[in-house]
This record gives sequence, structure tokens and C-alpha cells, in this order.
Amino acid sequence: MSSTITRRSRLHRKEHQAALVFVAIPVIGFLLFTLFPLLFSVYASFTNWNGISAPVFKGLDNYTKMFGDRYFLKSLWNTVFMMIGIPVGLVISLALALAMNRKMRGTTIFRTVYYLPVISSIAAVAILWQWAFNGDFGLINQGLGLLGIDGPNWLQDTATVKPALIIMAVWKGLGYSMLLYLAALQSVPRYLYEAAALDGASAWQQFRHITIPMVRPVTFFLIVTSIIGGSQIFVEINIMTPTGGPEFESASIVWYIWQKAFDNLQMGYASAMSVVLGLLVFIITFIQFRLNRRNQFSID
Amino acid sequence: MSAQNVITTPPLETTEPIPGHRRDRTGNQPHRAKDGQHSTKNGLRLGNILTTLILSVGAIIMIAPLAWTFSTSLKTKDGVFELPPQWIPDPFVWENYARIWTAGPLLTGIQNSLIVACSVTIIGSLTSALAAFAFAKMRMPFKNVLFLGLLSGLMIPFPTLMIPQFTIFASIGWVDTLLPLIVPGLFGNIIMIFFLRQFLNSVPDSIVEAARIDGASYLQIFWTLIMPAIRPALAAQFILWFMAMWNDYLAPIIYLNSPGTQTLQLVIANFNAQYAIQTDYPLIMAASFIALLPVLIVFIVFQRQIIESIALSGSKG
Repeated sequence: MSSTITRRSRLHRKEHQAALVFVAIPVIGFLLFTLFPLLFSVYASFTNWNGISAPVFKGLDNYTKMFGDRYFLKSLWNTVFMMIGIPVGLVISLALALAMNRKMRGTTIFRTVYYLPVISSIAAVAILWQWAFNGDFGLINQGLGLLGIDGPNWLQDTATVKPALIIMAVWKGLGYSMLLYLAALQSVPRYLYEAAALDGASAWQQFRHITIPMVRPVTFFLIVTSIIGGSQIFVEINIMTPTGGPEFESASIVWYIWQKAFDNLQMGYASAMSVVLGLLVFIITFIQFRLNRRNQFSID
Repeated sequence: MSAQNVITTPPLETTEPIPGHRRDRTGNQPHRAKDGQHSTKNGLRLGNILTTLILSVGAIIMIAPLAWTFSTSLKTKDGVFELPPQWIPDPFVWENYARIWTAGPLLTGIQNSLIVACSVTIIGSLTSALAAFAFAKMRMPFKNVLFLGLLSGLMIPFPTLMIPQFTIFASIGWVDTLLPLIVPGLFGNIIMIFFLRQFLNSVPDSIVEAARIDGASYLQIFWTLIMPAIRPALAAQFILWFMAMWNDYLAPIIYLNSPGTQTLQLVIANFNAQYAIQTDYPLIMAASFIALLPVLIVFIVFQRQIIESIALSGSKG
């Protein structure tokens, strides 16, 4: 009796050891490349540090400085402003998904075409859109020229640089959200529509009271992940407007952090801004997890 | 979808016209085409034609920048500025694609990108799969706490970690080498672990138990039973990770300075900065197109897996 217990516990111990070895690799990676850097970032955010000599503790200096920093506030505002693309993209991609959910030919080809920008590298895409937005010979202005409109010099004009980046972001992300909506639409039970139709619901009413609620988890997921992604916009800015755009109009928060840290070597100040960014992302993710539970849309 | 016959509704032969019977927004066709519903059928066909038309216009807009890139890459330097613009270059300057290899370190860039993306995704996938196996099928104290701890790492954006990470790698002299891009990835990918763990829930515990009774080691079980079972999920995640590594820009731009170590994305960005001044747009576009090509090929070959895993990742949160 007691021998079976010891044998089982020995077996368990062996299993525990093997499992621990298997998970040790990612856990060590997490400690080295996530947890330690995170703690260091928080520490560095309270210091004056140029990345070369030792950090000097300065308390909340960096944080108070941030709120008087015109460029920080501007880059934060720019980042938030460029998120206008999120609702625009959602509406268009839902419409696209509805169109592609019809039983008709050619949807596979359409799916591929709309999805191509998603998988294309953002660096290459930024280059080709920079060219498309060229004031004299760009594709956009040539298209506008056909309609008799004299297009602006998109990326050099304070009024158009952000809209230009938004247009590009919508183009880039459309295929992804369309695909998620399509997957959601295909899992909506047909009998809901049939029952609604029998009750005399119009197409609009069906859309409003069946489709919208049924795809809400996807909408929610897309909004949250797009905000997280949008808050970290960098590559487009760095390639298309290398100096932060005309009058700093397109500088994003990550672009400003990057510039402060690696160009100006103000690592302490940049760390403080990166901690603020991290906090914002954490809050958004936390809300997502909380609301997910309410939406019956859990991770398990 | 098979939900079609979930509920057998009575045949739609009501004399009353059903409001909104076209139901084109939902994409539902009337499930039974009976006599007297030809108008519905015709309406549906008209709807399909209209939808195809609208989708086609959209598709042209979506593909235009990519097509314009390719078209420009085949023009002469002056042909770029011609008005009205030529969509079909005259003459075709295929020579641009020969010039780019000597105009900058494009080949080195491709090599570096391949080294980084391949080493990270191959080794990282193995370590991730091993961890997913342990998290899903093995007993261990504090297993869920560890797993949740790892998951919480996903909430921390890379920009928050990049300054300390840079300092760490600078202190051991790894800046301007590919190692800072490779080494963190070798420890696995939390998203991949998460999905493989989910996928393993559908594999019965009993096969692991049975193999244990037969005296197989956990490593043997992993290799002979688990790996074959998770292959489709592993393949999908592998492709997504590979594309992400191939397309990465922020981490490379922090660590890599000299042309010999830069990855492809940095090389084309430098092409862009350098040759724009000389208005050599065909060259820039040819290089950009080359940078797009590998991922386009991977996507066209593995389209189904990629689309399925994207749809899965979105709906599972």
C-alpha cells in the first residue's frame, strides 16, 4: 500500500521535473527579456541617464517634464488622432465581409487581393505609399487629376500628412478585419435570419438586431487590438516622414521615444515615456480581459 | 455552412410577400427555391452582380499601389515622370532588377533576414511546442501561475522594453550583430505556446498515459506523439511568426548600423532614403518589390493555413 504511494509520488516527481525543464526555456526568456527589462525601464524612468554613464536618481522629474514637453504632448495627440482610421476601417471591412459572405463566385480571389496588403512588409508598403503620396507624380494625385482635382503635397503639408497616414493604415489593415468578420458571419446560425424573416423583419432590422450583435465579439477584439497596435505606430512614420513630418505633425509616441533614446541619448526621459505607453497598453488590455468575461468570449 | 438544416422551417409559400426577402446583407439565400420565387432568385443574381462589381472596384483600389510599384520598377528614370502616367512601361526596363544587386547590399540583406527568421522560427517553434506540451499535458506544481505569468508578458509593448534590452545587448557587445534579434526568439513565443496549448486540449490525455505505461520518456512522447498531432497548428503559427520576423523593422533599426549586418527591411529603407535624392524611383520600387516577393510567395502557397489561423486567432481572442 505505502509502496504504491511512494512509487506514484516518485513518478509524479519525475513528471514534475520533466515538465519544469520543458517550460524553463520560455520562463527564463520571459525573465531575461521581459520582466527584467520592464523593471529596469521603471527604474530608469526615475533617473537622468544617457545610456553611457550611470543613471542618476531624479525622482519624478521625467514625469513632470513630460507634461510640459510640447513635443511629447503633440506626438501623443498625433498617435490618438491617427486612430480615426480604426472605426473607418471597421465599417468598410464589415461591409466587405458581408459582401463576401454571399454564395457567389470569385470570393476566394477577392479575399486574396484584399488580404495582400496585410502580409506585405510595412517597410515596403511605407515606401510605396510615400511614392503614391508624392505631390507631383504620385498615384493618388494622378487619380485625383482624372477627376479634375489638384491634389496636395500629402506628406509635406501639415493638413494632409495625418490623413495620408490614416488612408494608408486603413488600406493595410482592411483585409485582416474583413477576414475576422467573415469568420464570425459564417458562424451565425442561419435559423436566426429565417426566424426573423418569418416574423417580418426587414433586411436592415436583421442586420441591426442579428448581425451586429453576433459579430460584436470580433468588433470588440478588433477595436482593442487596433488601439494597442495603433498606439505603437512607428515604421510608417520613420520611413515616410523621417523628421516627424512637417512641424512635427506626424510624429508618433514611439517615434518620439525612439528619437529621444537613440538619437538624443536621453534614455531616462525616453524610459519614462515608454513606461507611460506601457501603462496605457496595459490598461487597454486589462479592460479587454474584463469585458471579455462579460461577453462570454473568454480565452479558454 | 451546414447550419442550413438546423431547423426545418415550413416551406416559404406564404402568399404575403416577405419583407426584405432578398436578405442580401446577410448573404443568406432562400433555402428552398420553389415555384413563384423566381423574382427572389433574379433579385439574388442581380445582387450578386452588383456585389461583384463593387468588390471589383475595391479590389482594383487595393491592388493599385502594388501594381504601381511593379510598373514603376520597370520604367526608365524619366518614364516615371511622364504625363499622362503609363501603367504599362514603354520600354520595359528589366535591367532595373539587375542594377539593384550592385546598387546596395540587397543580397546581404536577404541573407541576414533569412538567418534571423529561420533560426528564430525553427528553434523557437521547438521550444514553444515543448513548453505547450508541458502546459497542456503534464503535471507540475504552479503550472497555471507560470502560464498566466508568461501570458501577462503579452501586455507589455516592445517599446517599453527596448531601451533596457538595448543596454543589455550593448553591454555584452552584441550591438551591430544579428544576435539581439535571434537570441530572444530562441526562448519561444508566448502566442505560439498559447495556441498549441489550446490545440492540445483536443488530444486525449490517454495517449500520453498509455505511452508512459509502455515506458516511453517524455521527450519520446513529445517527438513521436505530440509533434505529429499538433502539426497543422504548428505549421500555421510557424508561417505567421516567420512573416513577422521577416517584416520586422523596429528591433533591427535599433541594433543594426553597418550595411553588412542589416536585414532586408532596413536595406530597402536605406535604398529609399538614398536613391530618392537621385530620383531613381525605378530602382527603389524594384528593391521594394523584391522585399515583398518572398512573403507574397509564402502567402500564395500557404494561403489556406494562414487565413484559417488568422480567423482562429481572432475569434478565440
